[in-house]
This record gives sequence, C-alpha cells and structure tokens, in this order.
Amino acid sequence: MLINPLTKNVTDQNVAADLKRYLGNGGYEGWRKAHTMAPDKIIDLVKDGGLRGRGGAGFNTGLKWSFVPRGADAPEQKFIVCNADEMEPGTFKDRLLMERDPHLLLEGMAIAAYAIGASIGYIFIRGEYHLAAERLEHAIEEAKTQGFLGTDISASGFSLEIFVHRSAGNYICGEETALLNALEGRRAIPRAKPPFPQVSGLWGKPTVVNNVETFCNIPHLVEFGVEWYRGLGRGEDAGSKLFGVSGNVKNPGTWELPMGTPIREIIEQHAGGMHDGLRLKGLLPGGGSTDFLGPEHLDLRMDYDVIGRAGSRMGTGTIIVLDNQTCPVGLVLNLCQFFARESCGWCTPCRDGLPWIVKILQRIEAGEGRSEDLDLLREQCQRIGPGNTFCALAPGAAEPLQSALVRFEQDFFNHIKQHRCPYR
Amino acid sequence: MSSLLEPEVIEVMEHSSANPENMPGDLTAEEKAEIDREASHYENKSAVGLEALRIVQKYRGWISDDTLQAISAYLDVPAAQLESVATYFQLIFRQPVGREVIYLCKSASCWIKGCDRLQQHIYECLKIEPGQTSADGIFTLLEAPCLGDCDKAPVLMLGEEMFRNLDEAAIENLIKKKKKYHADQSLD
Ligand SMILES: Cc1cc2nc3c(=O)[nH]c(=O)nc-3n(C[C@H](O)[C@H](O)[C@H](O)COP(=O)(O)O)c2cc1C
Ligand code: SF4
Ligand code: FES
Repeated sequence: MLINPLTKNVTDQNVAADLKRYLGNGGYEGWRKAHTMAPDKIIDLVKDGGLRGRGGAGFNTGLKWSFVPRGADAPEQKFIVCNADEMEPGTFKDRLLMERDPHLLLEGMAIAAYAIGASIGYIFIRGEYHLAAERLEHAIEEAKTQGFLGTDISASGFSLEIFVHRSAGNYICGEETALLNALEGRRAIPRAKPPFPQVSGLWGKPTVVNNVETFCNIPHLVEFGVEWYRGLGRGEDAGSKLFGVSGNVKNPGTWELPMGTPIREIIEQHAGGMHDGLRLKGLLPGGGSTDFLGPEHLDLRMDYDVIGRAGSRMGTGTIIVLDNQTCPVGLVLNLCQFFARESCGWCTPCRDGLPWIVKILQRIEAGEGRSEDLDLLREQCQRIGPGNTFCALAPGAAEPLQSALVRFEQDFFNHIKQHRCPYR
Repeated sequence: MSSLLEPEVIEVMEHSSANPENMPGDLTAEEKAEIDREASHYENKSAVGLEALRIVQKYRGWISDDTLQAISAYLDVPAAQLESVATYFQLIFRQPVGREVIYLCKSASCWIKGCDRLQQHIYECLKIEPGQTSADGIFTLLEAPCLGDCDKAPVLMLGEEMFRNLDEAAIENLIKKKKKYHADQSLD
C-alpha cells in the first residue's frame, strides 16, 4: 500500500510533475471519487481520518470545514484559500510540495472547495516563491484544459476557479485573518475572532484557510479512505508528514515519514546525526516559534499532543537543531529580531515589547548584561504571552525565549558573569 | 517593522520602462494589461492594489510618488489607501534600489550556518550594509526572513533566483558574474 502519498511524484530532479505524469501516477482519482460523494460525506471522512492542520496549530481539518454554514440560508458565495506564506524560521516543506507536485495541491483544494461549496479558490503565496508560483500557474492552466478546473466540471454543475495571489513579504500574512485582509488589498493586520473565517472570512463570506501540506493530504485520504490514512501514522496521529531538519547535522533535508516518527530517528537516521565533534544541545521541534526541547526528548514521537505534553509544539514539523558550539543566547536573539521585525505593530506588548527584548538580549550577548536582565526577560515573556495580544505572533515569539531561559539559564549567566559571549 | 531602505547612492536609474515616451508616471500598455489580468481574479479593484504595485515595480525597480499616483488613478483607488499597502509590504520599494537586489537570509538556520560571515563578506566586496546600495548603483543588500531553503543554509536570493549552500568564494563569484553582466550590458 502507498506509504508516501505526499511525495510519491517527487524525484531527485528539480522539476514539477506535469499533468501527464501526475495522471499516469494515479492523479485526480481522489477528485473523481469526491464527485460521486455528497459534500457532507467528504467532510465526515476528512474528520474521521484525523487529519490535523499542517500549518502549525494542528486543528482537525474536517471539523474546521464543518463550521462552514450550509443549507438554503447560508451565503451562496464561499471561498477556499491556501496558506502558502511559509516564512516561519526553519520551515521548508510547502515550497517543496508546490514546486515539485503542484497538481496535488490543486486536487486537494478542489476537493475541499467541493466539500464546503466554494467556487473560487486563492493560493496566497509569499512573494519570494517565484518558481512555485510559476509552476502553480502552469498547473492551473493544465488542469483547466483537461476539465479538472473550470465551469461545470465533469458535467456535475460544480464550478471552480483557482487563482494564485503573490504577496510581497511579511510573516504576519501567514496568520489567517491577516492573510484575508491582505487578499482584500489591505494592510495585513489580523482581525478579531470571532467571527471565524469559516463564517465570515474573505469579503465577509464563509472561507476556509488551510496550509499547503494540509490540502496535499486530502486527495489520497479521499481515494483510499480513513482506515488506510490512519494506518499511515505510527503513534497517536494519522497520516504522514513532511519532517525536516536544519542546523549542524550531516545530512539536512526534508523527508515524508509517518506521523509519530520519533525525533531521534528523524535526526539520527534521516539527517545523519550531528556533525563530527558536535553534540546536540537542544532543538526547536517545529520552527522558530516553538519551545526548545532537549536531548532527553529525543525518543518522543512527533505527534501533536506528545510534543504538546512535553511543553512545546509540533508547529510545522521542521526541526532546528542547536549544537553545543552555537550560542543559545545568539540564536534566541536572532529569533526575537525576526519576530520584532515582523510584528504588524497593532498591539503594544508585541510592537514595543519585542524590540525591548531584542535590546536586552543584544546587551547580554555583547557582554554588557546585568543580573536583573533575566527577570526582566521572564517578565516580558509573560507580557507577550497568550491572552495579552491580538494574535499568536507575540506568544509564538515568547516560546523559544521562555524555554531557553530555563533550559540554557547557565549560558545566560555565563554571558553576564564573564562579560562576553563564551562561544566566541 | 519592515526593513527600511537607506540607499547611500541617490542617483539610481529607473529600470527601463517598456515605453519610454510615456510620462514617468503613466502606466505602460504592458503594465496595464498585466494588472487587468490580475484584477479579473477579484470582486473589486482595490483588492488588486498590491499585485498592481508588484507588477509595476517589476518593470521600474521601485515605486515613485508619480508611479503610485498613476496606479491610484488607473485603479480608481485612493492614493492613501495604496500607500498604506505600499509602505506595509517589505517587497514593495518606495525608494530606489539597485538593479540587483540581494536578499540575504538572516533567519535562524542560516544564522547557525554563518550568514553573519556572509554579510561581512558582502560588505568587504561591495561596501554595503543591509538597506544600502553600492556606489555603482548595481547592488542593493536587504536582510530577508527565512527563505524556505533552510536545509541548504546559508542562502540568498538574487532577483528571483536562489543561491544555496553559500560560502565566501561563492559570494565573490556571484558578484563578479553580475558585475560583468552589467558592464557588458552598458557597452551594448
Ligand atoms: C504569525 C503567524 C504566522 C503564520 N504563518 C503561517 C504560514 O506561513 N502558513 C500556514 O499555513 N499557517 C500559518 N499560520 C497559521 C495560520 O494562522 C492558520 O492556522 C493555518 O493556515 C491554518 O491551516 P491548517 O489548519 O491547514 O494548518 C501562522 C500563524 C501565525 C500566528
Ligand atoms: S501580536 Fe504582534 S503581530 Fe499580532 S496583532 Fe499584535 S502587534 Fe500584530
Ligand atoms: S533560515 Fe535561511 S532559508 Fe530558512
């Protein structure tokens, strides 16, 4: 049975699977099958499959779709939106899927659109992903010529157009309500929730926003069913996932592996382990806005709740490895600089707190830290933490910092005591 | 807070616009056609503001006040609204930039892999820091957020092209190649 549904068309060569190859390898079969099903049956299937959003939060995808109003009273116009703003530090999975197998994303979006009753889809892609945008646009044209997209698809009365929207930078555009504002041509500032986009999203119409990888899970889930999909996972969660490792390992990269693959296996087998002479000091399991884990966590499975119980988040599933010769204070400073720069500036704790944190970390790293600085940083983590800001950017920024303050406290002390960075 | 451009060199030529007879502000037929194509994807014209800015910038290198006014007139969207978008997005330039924009990734994985060293080396080669343009008007250096190629860190994007697994020698080669290209261009 198929075990790598997300990457079965990905080869060593940097080319996109064209429609011919995609079809030859069983492409658009999920879409064909979806057509024969009632929309709410598809939603149930995706819910039961246990697919959780791959954009970071891990929300059950079918459940999300089920919040879209249906029936005669519901607004007729609905939208499906793909979040392809991938910009979380250390995250490099959506780029691969879009560049190498654009039809898989289109097929997933088409099934989702059919399930919720959307006739227009947008792929919101970050401005730097030129190649991915071109390949998607080409794939859309191909899909239209064969009648997989367009009006009255397969004489079913269902119509769907998908457009690529190229953005122009800014991490905050990845926050789904900021994304909707950007798509409407406004500044990308998050919206208050509720109402949630499923009820009132793009131009006030019901809208489902999903991550690229989430959509790519849909076609095979629909084609092969719940049992097969659940069986792909090795632990608690269903399906497979793109996991990645970056940092000072021998063989950094991305691999499609079962959900629930132990961290050790990903780092030691797939990424080849640490560079000779280096030891693993810590790791960010799912991108720059997740809490540090340590060597004692290596045997944890990469499942949403397992990583959650260990005090971090699965996030995007792309691991950043910190070795024993890289300064943890410097790494956290780098992350906080990113978040400070990407803040949309809407709420005070984030807009003013993050630059303040950067300043404190800079002086610690420069050997001018004061003993009270660590308390100041801890206090700031509270202030930018959950519940105090408009969106999750600031709480996300707090995660690597707060965990570093506990896990690498001695390193912070050493900087302050020795009046220099001991790693330089 | 987006990275602000502080070009040292003010005299940078605008990129050749397809139709030189036009007023500097006026949109060319080509630009208009491309904007119209994108506009057909949205319910209303104001939604295409960012794409219009991006399209016109592709031809002109940056968005001058005149250009902003021209787009505003063409879309019938208030200039202030367009400006609020233009100043928000990091890849829309409201000041001139060089002909080659270097987006050096400064995020976590590239930092671990030594992007600071690369930045220092770019400084040694071109005497520019992030936000600045080289004296010959060819290169502008910008700091980029994670470019989604972290397993091949450190990386940079030059124009629309990615360069991966970089070291000092690769940076030097790249700069040399681009310099030669522009020197040959100006001979033609
Ligand atoms: C600051 C910020 C940035 C985000 N960036 C992205 C992103 O680039 N891609 C993405 O899919 N989700 C991103 N998210 C999560 C989205 O808000 C949203 O949860 C996700 O797109 C939902 O899709 P999913 O359910 O398929 O995961 C971001 C969230 C925040 C707070
Ligand atoms: S937390 Fe930061 S990014 Fe989010 S709305 Fe507030 S200022 Fe903007
Ligand atoms: S951190 Fe540089 S490409 Fe991701």
